[in-house]
Amino acid sequence: MTSQRVVIAGAGLGGLRTAEALRANGFEGEVLIFGDEHHAPYNRPPLSKEALYGEISHEKLAFRVRSTATDLQWRLNDPIVSANLDDHTITLASDEVVSYDALVAATGVSARRLPIPGPPATSAGGRHVIRTLDDALALRESLRPGARVVVLGAGFIGCEVAATARLLGCEVHCVAIDSHPMIRPLGIELAAELQRRHEEQGVIFHLGVGLTAFEGDEHVTGVVLSDGTTLAADVVVEALGSRCNVEWLDGQGLDLTDGVLTDNALRVLRDGTPVEGVSAVGDVARFPNPRFDSRAWRIEHWNIPTDTGRRAAAVITEHLSGSGSDDVAATEWDVLPAFWSDQYEIRMQSYGMPGLADADGIRLLEGDLTGECVMGYHRGDDLVGVVGLGMLKVVNGYRDKVGTSAWVNAHTTS
Amino acid sequence: MGLKVVVDMNVCQDHGQCVFAAPEVFELDDNGRLVVLVEEPDESLRSSVEDAADVCPVQAITIEG
Repeated sequence: MTSQRVVIAGAGLGGLRTAEALRANGFEGEVLIFGDEHHAPYNRPPLSKEALYGEISHEKLAFRVRSTATDLQWRLNDPIVSANLDDHTITLASDEVVSYDALVAATGVSARRLPIPGPPATSAGGRHVIRTLDDALALRESLRPGARVVVLGAGFIGCEVAATARLLGCEVHCVAIDSHPMIRPLGIELAAELQRRHEEQGVIFHLGVGLTAFEGDEHVTGVVLSDGTTLAADVVVEALGSRCNVEWLDGQGLDLTDGVLTDNALRVLRDGTPVEGVSAVGDVARFPNPRFDSRAWRIEHWNIPTDTGRRAAAVITEHLSGSGSDDVAATEWDVLPAFWSDQYEIRMQSYGMPGLADADGIRLLEGDLTGECVMGYHRGDDLVGVVGLGMLKVVNGYRDKVGTSAWVNAHTTS
Repeated sequence: MGLKVVVDMNVCQDHGQCVFAAPEVFELDDNGRLVVLVEEPDESLRSSVEDAADVCPVQAITIEG
C-alpha cells in the first residue's frame, strides 16, 4: 500500500497545529506544508505590540514544533496557486502538480489595503500594513520619536499600533469610519471608555470619516479625509481588516464569499455537501458553531487555528483510516472563541462572541468601567460573550458560562 | 527521564490559558500571577501539558522529557 499524503496549504499556526495533531492521532503518511512566506510558522499577535518596540526576530517569535510531530515536510516560500478538487491535486507556482489524499486550506488572510491611488503601497512609500514579520520589521524602522503617524482603521490592530506608536513617542492620529474605536466587537460602552483612555495617552481620533486621498509622490507626506481635513504624515499604517487568501480555490464550485465555507467538521462544502478529503482551518475557515447558533462564522482569533487544526486533523485521520466511519465528524464541536489585546497597561481578555450581543444587551458584570471591569454581552437572556479590562482571574471565571442557553444547559454538569 | 514543565517567567504574561488546559499543573494565584503547581507531572498529564504549551499566547511553556 502506498503512503497516504496530506497536503496543507499554509504554513502559519493553523497549518502547524493541523500537522502536529495528525501525528498525535497516529497518522503515519506524508505531511506536506506549503507556505508563501519564507519563515517557518511564528506568532503574529506581538507584531502590533511589543515587537514594534522590542527586539524582534523570527527566532523569538517562531513556534516550537511538538517533538512528536516528526517528518513534516516544510515547503516554505512555495505557495499553492490552484487546486483541482475532483482530481485531488494542487499546483504550485513552479507548475509542479502534487496529488493528495487530504487537503487542508490554511491559507489565512492578508492585510486589506485602500483602493486609493497614491505613493507606492510599500514601506519605502511610507504606507505600511501589519500582517507579517517582514511588515513589522519595516514599520519598526519608521516609528521614531516625533514621527507623524496616521493609523487608518480603529479595530484591534489599529488601536494596538496606535498605542505602541505613542509609547515610542510618535505623534499619532487614528482615522476610522466608525463612531468609536473597536465599537463593532465591543459595543458603545467599552468603545467609548477605550477611546477616552487612548486620548488620555495622546492619540488624536478622526472618527466617522474616510480617506479620500494620499499626498506625496514617492513617499507619503499626508492624507486627506472626507471632511476636508488634511493630516501631515511621515508614516501611514493601513489597519483596515483583512481579505481571505482563497484565490487558489477559485473555479472549484466552493462558497468563497467570506473565507471557505465548511460544515461543523470543517469539511469544505460544495452545494451543501462535503468535498471528499478537503478541510479548512484557521482564519480562512467559515464554520457553524452550535455554541451560539446555526450560522457559519469566520473568526480571526488566536485560539481558532489551534482548535480548528485539532478538529480537522481528527476528522481527516478518521476519513483516511478507511474504516468508513464518520463518528468523529458527526460529533458536535463547539469551540469557544477567545482573544486578548494589550494597549498601554490595559490587558483586555474576551471569551465568546461579544459582537452577537443585542444593542441593549451589554452590561457591567464586575468592577468599574473607568478602572478594571468585566462586561457581559447578552443576546436575549444568553451570555454570548464577556470582555475584561484587567481582572483576568475574574473574567476567566466566566469562560465556561458563555454560550446560548441550549448549549450551556447541555454542557453544564453540577 | 520523566515529564518536566518549564515556564519562562520573563516571557509569561499571566494570560492563564494554560490553567484551562492543565488545571492540575498550573494555577493563577489571588493576584492573578501564574504558579506552576507541579514541575514534574505524571506521564498521564502529558497530553494536557502539551495542550497548555500550545495555548500559551506568548509561548512561555516548554515541555522537556
